[in-house]
Amino acid sequence: MSKNVITQDQLKCIGCLACVVHCKVENNVSPGARFCDILPVGPKEINGVPRVFFVYMNCFHCEYAFCIKACPTGAMTRREKDGIVYVRQELCIGCKSCMKACPWGIPQWDEGTGKVFKCHLCMHRIDRGEKPACVEGCTTSCLTFTVPEEATRKVRERYATRIASELKSTIW
Amino acid sequence: MGERRQVYSLCCMCTGRCPILVEVEDGIVKHIWGNPHVFGAKSLCPRGAAGVAFEYDNERPQYPMIRDEERGSGKWRRVSWDEALDFIADKLKKIIAEDGAKAIALSDRGGPHTELHKLFLADIGSPNYFTHHASCSNSVHNAHMSIAGHARNTVGYDYRNCKYMVVFGRNLLESLITEEARNVIEMISSGGKLVYIDVRWTYTASKAYKFFMINPGTDYALALALINVIVNNNLYDVDFVNKYVVGMEYLRSFIQPYTPEWAEKETGIPAEEIRKIAYEVAEAKPSVIFHPGWMTAWTENDFYLRRAIYTLNALMGSYEAKGGIFIAKGAGDCGYKIKTPTSIAPKVTEERCDGAGTKYPWIRKNWGLLQVLPEVILTGNPYPVRAYIAMRHDPLVSMPDFDTWVKAFDKLDLVVAIDVNWSLTAWYVDVILPESTYLERTDHVIVRKGLRPQLALRQKAVEPRFDSRSRFQIFKALAERLGKGEHFPWKDEVELVNWQLDGTGFTIEDFQKKGVIDLTDKPIWYDRNNLKFNTPTGKIEVYSEFLEKAGVPSFAPYERPASSPEGMLRLVTGKIALHTQGRTTSNNPILNELCPENHLYLHPDTAKKFGVKEGDTVVVSANGTEERIKVKVSPYVHPEIAFMLHGFGDIVPLRTRSFGKGALDSLLMKGKLKVTVGGNCPLFETFVSLKKA
Repeated sequence: MSKNVITQDQLKCIGCLACVVHCKVENNVSPGARFCDILPVGPKEINGVPRVFFVYMNCFHCEYAFCIKACPTGAMTRREKDGIVYVRQELCIGCKSCMKACPWGIPQWDEGTGKVFKCHLCMHRIDRGEKPACVEGCTTSCLTFTVPEEATRKVRERYATRIASELKSTIW
Repeated sequence: MGERRQVYSLCCMCTGRCPILVEVEDGIVKHIWGNPHVFGAKSLCPRGAAGVAFEYDNERPQYPMIRDEERGSGKWRRVSWDEALDFIADKLKKIIAEDGAKAIALSDRGGPHTELHKLFLADIGSPNYFTHHASCSNSVHNAHMSIAGHARNTVGYDYRNCKYMVVFGRNLLESLITEEARNVIEMISSGGKLVYIDVRWTYTASKAYKFFMINPGTDYALALALINVIVNNNLYDVDFVNKYVVGMEYLRSFIQPYTPEWAEKETGIPAEEIRKIAYEVAEAKPSVIFHPGWMTAWTENDFYLRRAIYTLNALMGSYEAKGGIFIAKGAGDCGYKIKTPTSIAPKVTEERCDGAGTKYPWIRKNWGLLQVLPEVILTGNPYPVRAYIAMRHDPLVSMPDFDTWVKAFDKLDLVVAIDVNWSLTAWYVDVILPESTYLERTDHVIVRKGLRPQLALRQKAVEPRFDSRSRFQIFKALAERLGKGEHFPWKDEVELVNWQLDGTGFTIEDFQKKGVIDLTDKPIWYDRNNLKFNTPTGKIEVYSEFLEKAGVPSFAPYERPASSPEGMLRLVTGKIALHTQGRTTSNNPILNELCPENHLYLHPDTAKKFGVKEGDTVVVSANGTEERIKVKVSPYVHPEIAFMLHGFGDIVPLRTRSFGKGALDSLLMKGKLKVTVGGNCPLFETFVSLKKA
């Protein structure tokens, strides 16, 4: 697992695809391919209002990465210092094994080069101390570039706040 | 890696003018972000982000061109700037000599970046400046002027502090501006309630506390019933109303028939829900917003819907209240005077050709009635108009009645398009002048009005890729050729900007630091005890003597909208985050990839009735015009409407990505060049037939 993670605040996401466009611009992602994506699921009625769930997907940068196991040439690589899974273009032979192995359809096909490319969490930006482009450009700032500990703490805090506000009336 | 620079500027992918930060490397734009000093983050919507793809797209006009064969033939000849400008100037001179400068009309898409076009027209002596608002916001502008002496956009919305907002079809989270979307989301995240009313479900509806799919064209009934409950149950802000509202007795008597039970029959929204909204919103007052909308060219009576919405705001005392509608403050409120180019323009004495401000005294001439122009051209009444300049505006796509427009074009001596795009209009003109893109030019200083007014500037980030010129260069050159150069005294844009800032202590250099210049540290609120409204009484005129004297009732009795003729559906259009009006984004390499075509959304019952299913291609037709489009079926579209996104179905073959994809809504809008009471074209009173292709 990469030491970093991107979280999404579902309430704030408006499905505008700014993340996809910022990513495509930043990484020169050729037509048809998307490193990150928003998949709108729904609408489904919840409390009388049809709600759509915007599923943000990018690479999980798995610890046990099926794509790395499947790659016959060692092109699919984990970066030692932070666990980012990326493609070493010079080693990729375009066999697509990684695309078949990944259960989430993350590795993408680059028509221009005939090789695989994928989300690398904007390594070049991270190395400059910046956030991945999808996070940086997100219209409503619903995406956060963070570390797992921080991400879980945020979830707990939000849950605690909600519980507390519901309890207020019954206790006092 | 080469030289990296950051340039602050203003976006121009749509008309939102978001402040941006442009990353440039070796003279090439690498990325465009939102300006973090304004947004608190580098957020920028997908259209803005795709500005890079727009800049490096070759499918846009690259040099001045003069048409060789008939209009619309696509036969162009490359010419030099001198030849193009001389060609235009010679024709204009002849027209001015024969029929006066008033025979020259110009239209654009409005907003603060129109100073130089207005200066040019005033300079040569023509009153015939038009915005595109006939197909957009005329009714909301004119309604607000009549009731509170404000334009749509001389007030803003304090979304972040708003507790309860009722929105009539303004799709805030899809037809979006970055800052506005961020603020609305912030409001919802911090517990503010959004009630969303529309004829279809949208992503904005998805985030709402309540969503009601209203019967098409009945929004006015809902607004009247809300006023009814609020007035009859004394739910309004008594202090505010006593102080600032004129005509409460008139209103009280007018709204008596419009009970929630009555409105339920019209709108399809249960009476108890209407009552509930009224009570809940009153509970949250004055931190409430009844959103008056933006693109409001909906119906014949749209003016009254907007007047009713502003009345609801007045009843809630939401004007100049935290979390309500604030009056937008400008440079003057901070003790600064920013000179505008039009301030040195000579006064134009000629009367407009469209009757705005004269034949229709309540319709303001600063936005005009563009729908009248084709008729003026065709009839020569009240006087001949012989030349038309479309400035970054595509009337053939955004205005209804394409055929009438083309006929009018055919009668003109000269049609010019100044644009960065191959608009459909550009395809039909005599001369195309390619403007340098927003990344390649500097414009004049604008004031970002609001609670914290700022100065902002669009600044050149890179050199023009093609043989294009800035609008400053174009209008200055034309004015000089017409012997009127004295009103363009500035050498270049930098000199113009510094002239505007003269006496403020700021210079163009000050925009380098963070892109905007703050004119205040703190938000500016006017004293709620001393508000002034720019109406004859200085108050909010629910009853307007000015209107009544002009023969226009302050409120018109509600009339049930025409239902669809048998076998037809009401055509409704809208936008998404990826695409804006006309031809600005549909051929963009990235935006086109993500959303290449529009679809026709139908309710399942409607689809069944017409014998079509998801994925079918259908022929949509109106008065002999046919458009082909694929169907999507959704239960969250009103059964009486057919919905499609605006602006697809490209006819210009040079735009290879968007050419022929989807349908063009405006081609189906026939007989809609009407002057309604609000000055808007009633675009959503279009009915179309449908059959399987």
